[in-house]
Amino acid sequence: MKASNPLWTQQLANQLPTGLAEEIQQFEDQITLKKQGRLDDKVFMEARLRRGCYGQRYDNGQRHDGVRVRTLRYPCGDLTKGPNTVWDAPGMQRIKIPYGGLNARQLEVIAELAEEYADGVAHVTTRQDFQLHFVHLDDTPTIMRRLAAVGITTREACGNTVRNVTACSMAGICPDEVFDVTPYARACAYYLLGHPDCQAFGRKFKIAFSGCPDKPCGLARIHDIGLIARERCSNGHVQRGFEVLVGGGLGPVPYQAKLFTEFLPVEELLPTVQAIARIFAQHGEKRNRNRARMKFLVEKLGIDEFKRLVQQERARLPEDPAWASYLEEHGRYQESPPPLGDACVSTSPPEDPRYQTWLERNVQRQRQAGFVAVTVPLPLGDITAEQLRQLADIVRRYTPDTIRTTIEQNFLLRWVRESDLPALYQDLVRAHLAEPLAGSIADITACPGTDTCKLGIASSRGLARELRRRLAARLDSLDPSLATLRIKTSGCFNSCGQHHVADIGFYGVSRNRSGYAVPHFQLLLGGNSRRNGCSYGLPIVAIPSKRVPEALERILACFQAERQPGEDFHAFVQRKGKESLKALIEDLTQVPPHDADPSWYVDWSDAREFSTEDIGVGECAGEVVTPLEFELASCERELLGAQTLFEKGVTEEARQSACRLMLRAARALLEWLGVTAREEEEVVARFKSELCDTQLFFDPFVGGTFANYFLTAWEQRSQPADEDAVRRLLNEAQLFLDACHACYVRLASARSARRQEAIP
Amino acid sequence: MTTCVPDRIQHIGAKVLAATFPPDWLALAIPVFHRWIQQEACEELLIDVADYAHLPVGPGVILVAHEANYGLDRTHGRPGLVYQRKTVLEGSFETRLLYSVRQAFRAARRLMAEPEYQGKLSFDFAAWEIVFNDRLLAPNTEQAWSIISQELDRILKSRLPLDSATWRLERLGEPRDLLRVAVHLECPAGAEQIVEDLIASSAPRAHAAD
Repeated sequence: MKASNPLWTQQLANQLPTGLAEEIQQFEDQITLKKQGRLDDKVFMEARLRRGCYGQRYDNGQRHDGVRVRTLRYPCGDLTKGPNTVWDAPGMQRIKIPYGGLNARQLEVIAELAEEYADGVAHVTTRQDFQLHFVHLDDTPTIMRRLAAVGITTREACGNTVRNVTACSMAGICPDEVFDVTPYARACAYYLLGHPDCQAFGRKFKIAFSGCPDKPCGLARIHDIGLIARERCSNGHVQRGFEVLVGGGLGPVPYQAKLFTEFLPVEELLPTVQAIARIFAQHGEKRNRNRARMKFLVEKLGIDEFKRLVQQERARLPEDPAWASYLEEHGRYQESPPPLGDACVSTSPPEDPRYQTWLERNVQRQRQAGFVAVTVPLPLGDITAEQLRQLADIVRRYTPDTIRTTIEQNFLLRWVRESDLPALYQDLVRAHLAEPLAGSIADITACPGTDTCKLGIASSRGLARELRRRLAARLDSLDPSLATLRIKTSGCFNSCGQHHVADIGFYGVSRNRSGYAVPHFQLLLGGNSRRNGCSYGLPIVAIPSKRVPEALERILACFQAERQPGEDFHAFVQRKGKESLKALIEDLTQVPPHDADPSWYVDWSDAREFSTEDIGVGECAGEVVTPLEFELASCERELLGAQTLFEKGVTEEARQSACRLMLRAARALLEWLGVTAREEEEVVARFKSELCDTQLFFDPFVGGTFANYFLTAWEQRSQPADEDAVRRLLNEAQLFLDACHACYVRLASARSARRQEAIP
Repeated sequence: MTTCVPDRIQHIGAKVLAATFPPDWLALAIPVFHRWIQQEACEELLIDVADYAHLPVGPGVILVAHEANYGLDRTHGRPGLVYQRKTVLEGSFETRLLYSVRQAFRAARRLMAEPEYQGKLSFDFAAWEIVFNDRLLAPNTEQAWSIISQELDRILKSRLPLDSATWRLERLGEPRDLLRVAVHLECPAGAEQIVEDLIASSAPRAHAAD
């Protein structure tokens, strides 16, 4: 714990808004109670999550060091900060930044906190938040006070709450927007913050605002509530409102949001969002957290019934003056441009040859003549404390004290005078923040993955770092059709890196090779972030991590060579079909034996032998491939066939194929365990009794979700299913196969460990 | 801001600047630091390795421990090995300061000897930076600098044999930065020996108080 923490409490006593000061004090009291053993683990965990204090990898006090699992013996002894979470283990502090809007002083404070309490780096997330890693829980109340003193809260940054409300970073300045969504996003964020109707959710709840229907800056369609600006004429007046979408979401199986209404007048925005929140709290799943997101509720009820319930709830809501009061003070949150004719420094264009490239890639015209917006790309979303201070100086010098984080983990400087661009460029170069990569294939989005996330399977940041390095080096020579493709990586199926909406997406999985776990990435092609995230990529094949760069090269080369005039990547993927794309890279799925080349069994940016379970991977039992591995590979092939059928519109056959391959995988896993089940119903029953009831199949983090995909698919295989449902089923079949592989890795490792123990 | 009182200052960092290093010195540290974790090579509870080599400045590769972080660091464009204390230490300012110097010195010497570097990594033991990672107890102000520099002078005078070395202290950074002090040693007998004498004579011991 930092020695100055008590002093900061005194120092800031009169500088915090009263409500915030009380909330933080309450949290500090909860910390004290927990240390005294007077607060339940689960209660405390939810309390800290609601203050943005999240767990981090190895916080159970166990870490696989490449040779064995080592217990990390922290001085706190048995004290925990949640179930199986050691008090002293470093954690992550998430900092909520509504719509990504910040000023220079706030940047400076985040820099101070990164330096004093974390590892000197602040990380921008895909939801426009900041995250600080390696933070001790004892320091968090001081962090919160220092943030509160500059108007930032961490409240409800994690937990089953309304998470950071996001919005297009170009809001207010975009030439294509219908209107500036900033004041509405702001009002929504602060209206719902701590609102009593938002305290009893079964899961998190995400809201996004977009200023237009076409661009990818808002990604409204992947949210629980997505709001897209609309205008309509009514009695000769232009009326502002929103197209409202509900029940979208990524995660293991992505859902496209459903249309709730084509036009919701802005006066109805807050009461309608409130009513939706109430329906989610009342009807959403509470016990099974894997079915508790709003997308499942919308699916279960159907959009018409969901809408009826919300409208009924809206009619019952007692009038709240806050619904409209923000509309009156609307202008307060609009940024005032600096005077145009008053350039900061008169500078001629730099001689740096990269200046022109930077202008082309990183600078966008605003709808206000004479002003531009400048993207500041951050490698993997990271920025150092030193750079944050330099950026704060730049914000003060070139903007009306405003900057935004973007969902692509970058910053956006707004209201820059065109005449200031040469000087701004030079200042950004001095801060190492002028890489001309914005919006390019090298500007890769990556979630924290195995670097710090408890759920990470493979190193998404390691992979992104490697791809970024390679692509940035030859970006200038890349064909323009390739240079603007978007890559997103996630460390696991949970999609924090938003891999589903990338042209080329990756998520981490593991595979077994003769008793050794091998890091892999599932490749997804053809997702589309445009039109607010209008379509999701489908998985092609899992590639060993170390071969991903090679696979990417082949995909890019094929696109460049075979692309038809005017054809974009999404259309190319559709035309080529998954089978031929898979064939293009299938040879890269081969992994050499461990003895021949152990480097394949080590993830990017790591030196340890790869492990997903924090237990020692099994000793190689010879180079024999088990029948289970063969059968799972065969199921993968059948799944590819099912996806091809689906693409051709033969949905029912695709669906039956998916059900069948899941059954085959389940049977193979049972046989590997020594359980024989011949008849279909017997396989299902034995799968339940041997693998579900025993929880052997359960994923360490999502429990029985993947097993349920199979059981539900099998149960409902004779019921009618629409195209959407079959598309989801195909995704679920892929996840079920991944889970079979993972289960095999876990059980094989455990079996091997037992054998080792038995050796005298 | 509170008045700077050296004995209240915790979380002292010590950085020895690199003299020579290969271009991939950060990448090479990753297997080394993982091995240190396996071997429990340091006094601290070693937890993990954080790789920030993709950032052109700032922390490069960090060996994260509970009590402190070790890092190959490029903050302010000054490459070196840093030991940054995180938990509280008992004892005087002098004890804490020399403890951090000792840990940085030992880690630097150990790193230089690691086979990955093949003798291509070396440190300038005459060039140090002391970092006070607490803006409230040690702000980067004229007043704090005056107090800290006097205290550093006093410690060096008292610890180093007469005429064995001269030194120059320099305040680094601006008021928003952490207070950082560059220590430039001039020692005819060689800086490495002098630093060894300095930390040996104090023989500080760490007592984690939290």
